[in-house]
Amino acid sequence: MSEQKILQKKSLGELVQKLTAAGNRVLAPVRSGEQLGFEEVTSPRKVADDYIQTTRSAKAAVFPRYEPMLRFTLAGKDVSAEEIAPESRPTVLFGPHPCDAASFATLTAVFTWDSGDAYFEPKLAKLTVIGLSCTKGDAYCFCTSVGGGPGDTRGSDILLTPLDANQYLAEILTDKGRAVVAIAPTLFANANGQAKDRVLAKIAPRFTAKKIAERLPALFPKKEVWLEQSLRCVGCGCCAYVCPTCSCFDIQDERDRYGGVRMRCWDSCGFGLFTLHASGHNPRAVQSERWRQRVMHKFSYQPERLGVLGCVGCGRCSRSCPVDMNLGEHVGALAEAKA
Amino acid sequence: MEALRTKARELLESGAVKVVIGYGAGSDPQRVRALFARTADQVGQLVWDHRCRQNLAAYLIKPDVKALGRMAIVARPATLRTIMQYAAENQLANDSIVLLAVTDDGQIAELTSFAAIEEHLAALPRGLTPEQQQELDKIEKMSLDERWAFWSAEVGRCIKCYACRAACPLCYCHRCITDVNQPQWIPIASDPLGNLEWNVVRAMHLAGRCVDCGSCADACPEGIRIDLLNRLLGREALTQFGAEPGYSPRKEYALSSFKPDDKEEFIR
Amino acid sequence: MVAEFQPKVVAFVCNWCTYAGADLTGTSRIKYSPNVRMVRLPCTGRIDFMLLLQAFGQGADGIIVSGCHPGDCHYTSGNFHARRRWILFRRLLDFMGVDLRRVHFAWVSAAEGAKWAELVNSVVDEVGKLGPYETFPRRLGRRQEAVEVA
Repeated sequence: MSEQKILQKKSLGELVQKLTAAGNRVLAPVRSGEQLGFEEVTSPRKVADDYIQTTRSAKAAVFPRYEPMLRFTLAGKDVSAEEIAPESRPTVLFGPHPCDAASFATLTAVFTWDSGDAYFEPKLAKLTVIGLSCTKGDAYCFCTSVGGGPGDTRGSDILLTPLDANQYLAEILTDKGRAVVAIAPTLFANANGQAKDRVLAKIAPRFTAKKIAERLPALFPKKEVWLEQSLRCVGCGCCAYVCPTCSCFDIQDERDRYGGVRMRCWDSCGFGLFTLHASGHNPRAVQSERWRQRVMHKFSYQPERLGVLGCVGCGRCSRSCPVDMNLGEHVGALAEAKA
Repeated sequence: MEALRTKARELLESGAVKVVIGYGAGSDPQRVRALFARTADQVGQLVWDHRCRQNLAAYLIKPDVKALGRMAIVARPATLRTIMQYAAENQLANDSIVLLAVTDDGQIAELTSFAAIEEHLAALPRGLTPEQQQELDKIEKMSLDERWAFWSAEVGRCIKCYACRAACPLCYCHRCITDVNQPQWIPIASDPLGNLEWNVVRAMHLAGRCVDCGSCADACPEGIRIDLLNRLLGREALTQFGAEPGYSPRKEYALSSFKPDDKEEFIR
Repeated sequence: MVAEFQPKVVAFVCNWCTYAGADLTGTSRIKYSPNVRMVRLPCTGRIDFMLLLQAFGQGADGIIVSGCHPGDCHYTSGNFHARRRWILFRRLLDFMGVDLRRVHFAWVSAAEGAKWAELVNSVVDEVGKLGPYETFPRRLGRRQEAVEVA
């Protein structure tokens, strides 16, 4: 059950203040140089506006770049280890677009499909998402091809849509959303029957994810298809790291003679060593196989195994890719490829 | 551009090469992307302009690309220097690839032998531009604290995606130092120390070898100015040791040679 | 009572000259600052520049690197290669804002026991005045408790 409210843009400062006073960490898009990322803010002055998409996604709020898990000390032959309690702070994520809001569903599916991930779950439980609809997109956006849209409400606890230069339509969608309104009730005025479609960006779908999922298994053995698409890929971790739904991680010990910390940190299936076995065998020894795996994982394996798509069409991978591997374009081409 | 396409067509039709690696239109008007032209259609898509900066020599070691057969590469001067540096490091056989250098007046110089590449490069201007010198000087003039603040903020953004390494043709170690894990020499975590150590180690491993193509900084999704580190060390290697990587196929690596009278006023 | 800051100085020294020289300092009963921790390597040529950063990353406040005089290297030319490496590495560190007053290089021969003591004392003194190297990032796994200086 959702209700509509109106939030004035000039009230944002007070909203951030009240949320912070209530014990929340507020993350919002902040510009540093030419890049945008989600950082902690205490005032709306630092919040960026007039951008299409941030460089980094907001997934670090629930899946940090690196996270210590346990600390161990060595004394002679004795090893003592102590668990580091997973950190989780009440957090309000302000300003992710509907694509990013939808990404939490994929991350949740991965981190909770068999057992609850002790590092992810507490963070997600304490996360409130105040999404921001898109009034413009660019050539890299393809949310409408993967079941999303510029005003989609999935994943948001409150979805703001800028109706004009001064005010947002605020759709209060969940209990967490209602809790935010309860912290600052005077800032949310009643609204009735506001239509948001007129301000939303127009993103024409390029393909349908369902059709792609159906075609992919037959395309798997077509080496030429994957080779052609991936010839220019240089195998870095850009796409995986800026992606809001990529969740692969490595577990590493960082230590000195006396002890250390075991932590998990981001990993990328694009790296050559990602599937290198201790025997020396690598089942994905060439980039075309790693590219194929990336597409299959996001558009075929995850839908099949977890019931969620592994891509929200945010376009970050394509914008950041050093060699212009355009995922939307590639997947669109797969829809046309001869089976 | 037409001259380039004509030459590419010629090379493919005569069977001299199996693929011409150049640049084609990218996802938006500001971008181009590497194009592996094998058909007449693909040749028609080759472009050449100021956007064509990516050092295509990075594809030489990629197994999927090597498997295509003998290649021609559209080469900026930095790419030609890369080939020279490969020669100096015994990574490439003479006459094994064709370099297509586009001269200022739009002509195509087809260079195959190391000698030809060396000769072509000798005629081109070399050294840092005034703007590049100024950029380095500006940082050097900052105080110690300002420099640390600047670089902490720069490398603080690093997400350890290794796009810089992937884009750099001279980062060709099969097992990069970051992949060595017994012990884990360079921290994996993208925390302040891990980021600092990664960027320092890469800069030092390229010192005296880097040909200043700038592909590393272009590749970085965070826009970190790692090219400044490489350029600074390149300038030092030149001033201190006369190192000019990539202008000759003969090995002259500054860090594997020495002079008994190298300057050492800082050593007690 | 607040303890006076005791800097941790890590010294990377070559086995044949500086380590032997430091031995001589000891056998000559010359007292010098105990704040130095020696890391013995066969030759300065073996000293990877990353070892210096690792020392800072594991809590060092200052670093000494020392070996045989040019021309006297036990392995003939190791120290010549090291010198080139240091020339470039220092420039990079300085450019990035790493405090070079905390990194000292020296040639100390096996006969220079007195020089070793004087070197350590002056480096510990200088680093002591600079204070702990707080701005340098530390390794995640760094041992937390301070090591007592005897």
